[in-house]
Amino acid sequence: MPTTTLKLVTIIAEPVLEATITHDLERLGASGWSITEGRGKGSRGLRASDIPGSNIRIETIVSEPVAEAILRHAAEAYFPNYSVIAYLETVQVARGDKYV
Amino acid sequence: MDSILRTNLLSPIALAFALGIVARLIRSEFSLPKDIYAGISIYLLWALGLQGGIELHHAGFAGIAKPAAVTLLLGCVTPLTTYVVLRRLGGFGAADAAGIAAHYGSVSAVTFIAAQTFVKGMGTEAEGYMPTLLTLLESPGIHIALAIGAIQTGGKGRPTSEVLHEVLTARTMVLLVGGLIVGYLIGDRNWQVIEPFFNTKGAMFRGSLTIFMLEMGILAGARFADLKKVGPFLLAFGIVMPILHGALGVWLGTLAGLSAAGACVLGTMAASASYIAAPPAVRVTLPEANPTLYLTSALAITFPFNILFGIAIYYKIALALAPAAAALPATVVP
Repeated sequence: MPTTTLKLVTIIAEPVLEATITHDLERLGASGWSITEGRGKGSRGLRASDIPGSNIRIETIVSEPVAEAILRHAAEAYFPNYSVIAYLETVQVARGDKYV
Repeated sequence: MDSILRTNLLSPIALAFALGIVARLIRSEFSLPKDIYAGISIYLLWALGLQGGIELHHAGFAGIAKPAAVTLLLGCVTPLTTYVVLRRLGGFGAADAAGIAAHYGSVSAVTFIAAQTFVKGMGTEAEGYMPTLLTLLESPGIHIALAIGAIQTGGKGRPTSEVLHEVLTARTMVLLVGGLIVGYLIGDRNWQVIEPFFNTKGAMFRGSLTIFMLEMGILAGARFADLKKVGPFLLAFGIVMPILHGALGVWLGTLAGLSAAGACVLGTMAASASYIAAPPAVRVTLPEANPTLYLTSALAITFPFNILFGIAIYYKIALALAPAAAALPATVVP
């Protein structure tokens, strides 16, 4: 089956950020995303779980320029004050035209 | 020990709360399943709203004008006093002071319910429209404090209109305000059909509250480890500030013509700190404010203090301030 090379961006964040981040993703050009809940511990200790609720993991498949814009925005808007992890991977996607 | 204090400490609500704290401190695996916790909180708020609505139907809007006015006044004063005390006396930064002020300016529905149940246990009863006052006190404090914080720190967080939408459409508000309207509209005949299930004096309501308080104890106990991080000032603040706000609330309530029970419940509302509506609102609007400070003071200091001691203290103040006639149980005018 033919595949397209795209970027998978994953953002793991405090639950209060869900509305803000999905709003930003849409604005930066992502056509969709998936959200799952989870638990964990990181360098900020348990601060992320201070406010009741589970951490969220947001995944979105986008083109490379959009992926870079998302990471840049995350670094500016969320990294200073929130517990957020963001990374990207190169993925081979079926039906690649759905994501760009 | 003082008999009012003892009655409160030995109530099922206070003891269930204490057991929850102990369960957490001994690291028991016990906790209320998330969905049961959510279910009970929906039931408690909905029952409170409905009962408030039917009582509002009895009392009429003219009857609550004065208490409503002093409640709004309290909603505006408590965030300001909190902010000023923390900035001037405590030396806190603008974001932290505003974050904590948003919690102390708003109200804890659970503490309110505990106060309602306490005065009923004392053989008296607060005015039926107290839930109306609860909804009035819920949001002004959060917004005043967030506005101060946004102005002082340059407002890098989310737009206030979005936060306003979030606070006004939260579960607590929908169930309480919705319940008030539905209760007001259904009238006595319809109320009688559902009354055995929703009556806030009934076995169903009080039993559910006793289960709910176990989980509240666990939530508070989970934050006890953070007490040493917040420092002695906030520790003292979490106890002294509620007493001052509580006394102010009782006094204003008495001036507005509330019974001693009603003034005690209003005082408790003013003394309580929100820890359900306020934290997410503060987290997104004032990201620089340290969550450990506002969550620990609201949930691990002020909340247990009010449940175990505060409510009884506000009741004593209310009895002392009440004119002889007003100390009698409130009567509902049909």
